Amino acid sequence: MYVAVKGGEKAIDEAHALLAERRRGEQSLAELTVEQIEQQLSLSVSRVMTEGSCYDPSLAALAIKQAQGDLVEAIFLLRAYRTTLPRLATTEPIDTANMHIKRRISATFKDLPGGQILGPTYDYTHRLLDFKLMVAEQDTSDKGLSAELEILNEQMDSETSEAVIPRVMDLLNQEGLIEKEQPIDDIPVDDITREAIKLPADRDVRLQNLARGDEGFLLALGYATQRGYGHTHPFAGEIRLGDVEVEITPPELGFSICIGEIEVTECEMVNQFKGSKDKPPQFTRGYGLTFGYSERKAMAMALVDRALRAEELGEPVKSAAQDPEFVLMHSDNVEASGFVQHLKLPHYVDFQSELELIRKLRANDSADNKETTE
Amino acid sequence: MDLSQNEAARKHWISMLSQALPEELETAFEALAESPDYRWLRPAESGLAMVRARAGGTGQRFNLGETTMTRASILLGDTAGHGYLIGRNKRHAELAAVFDALLQQPSLQSKLLESVIQPIAERLHSNKKQQSQETDKTRVEFFTMVRGESD
Repeated sequence: MYVAVKGGEKAIDEAHALLAERRRGEQSLAELTVEQIEQQLSLSVSRVMTEGSCYDPSLAALAIKQAQGDLVEAIFLLRAYRTTLPRLATTEPIDTANMHIKRRISATFKDLPGGQILGPTYDYTHRLLDFKLMVAEQDTSDKGLSAELEILNEQMDSETSEAVIPRVMDLLNQEGLIEKEQPIDDIPVDDITREAIKLPADRDVRLQNLARGDEGFLLALGYATQRGYGHTHPFAGEIRLGDVEVEITPPELGFSICIGEIEVTECEMVNQFKGSKDKPPQFTRGYGLTFGYSERKAMAMALVDRALRAEELGEPVKSAAQDPEFVLMHSDNVEASGFVQHLKLPHYVDFQSELELIRKLRANDSADNKETTE
Repeated sequence: MDLSQNEAARKHWISMLSQALPEELETAFEALAESPDYRWLRPAESGLAMVRARAGGTGQRFNLGETTMTRASILLGDTAGHGYLIGRNKRHAELAAVFDALLQQPSLQSKLLESVIQPIAERLHSNKKQQSQETDKTRVEFFTMVRGESD
């Protein structure tokens, strides 16, 4: 337990001034702008929005700048900011089947309708440092892009990602071998930002928690399931990145309207399932969804979502990733970081009492030893 | 939900006003023959909307996370105009509300649909098209290799 302390105001002010100086770095170099971070560190922005649980690229970029690129600190800043804003609406469920696709792949179906679209991916790169990026690019012209686009504009491509590309699972399940995700709209949706998580937690609570959860934590748990700690035999059924419309139904209108688009990454895992008393052998599913372009996180989330369904599917719950209490109570990096880092705060009184206790035990020990030797 | 023709038209223009660039609305506002005399019904305010999704895309609903949003409502005569958008631009929400009210005036509707809404729709469409074309260049055909195992 830590206790309140007084004093140190001047030193704290000086420490913050020093921090600001360190954040700014070498004065002779140009200062980073929030717009540059938003545009050029967009994967950091995606992570901060997802785990900060607030879609706003420029706020996320500001948080990253303020936190000197410490993403967990930036997530904390964004979470703190969101608590100052009123909740004005709840959206209709986003329709990811109607996504404007930027990337879409399946590791289970080679020739899937709509095709495999790699999009902007690090897959198939050689992970060699590109020293060309050491030098800021001088030529910012679009290299005849507009001419190229004009030609493209004239082509009427029969297969284009402009058309709606349905989700693989909905499409290739005529045999019914993959579990269907049925809408259950007659039960309310719990919100863990309003009410603390109660166990056992339903899937809506688990998914909200995982969506906000730390990427590293979920990645490690997902990896553990692959190595045998709660194995779920996963396949990446479909991964897609793109823009979806966000709709709300304002009471003053009485019908839904689109208020803009957001970018999301979606991952559907399909998992082998031998069947249970109630269910025939089939593929079951795990789901991952994030703001922005956060593919690793979406995949890890889908693995853990499926692992957490162990009890529902009648599988033995033996590993950490299958244990809702373990996963849900430790996934949030704002909570985790706070509790780990509170150890830095003064624990003087607490430690003094422990020190006294150890001294007393030592004294008792040596007294006992004396007695036995005598 | 079946919408009346008027509601469907309004749904479309509100969505377009939400996705307009702030400068597009500012320019359109300046281009109005007479500056509309409106007052606040609900001043522009920024806040959050909880974004819902469905497990597996089609299943149980859950809360994905929030997005910033801004809304504004104005009165033009006795017509209420509403503006809603993702993000924190209050002036944009205000102008969206003003154009929503103006578009409800039968005398102005068809002209504004053509001069304000149509260009926004066209720009959005052309952005999408351009992006799809870039994306389509990354289409890939994977071929399955026969494994070199002897039988």
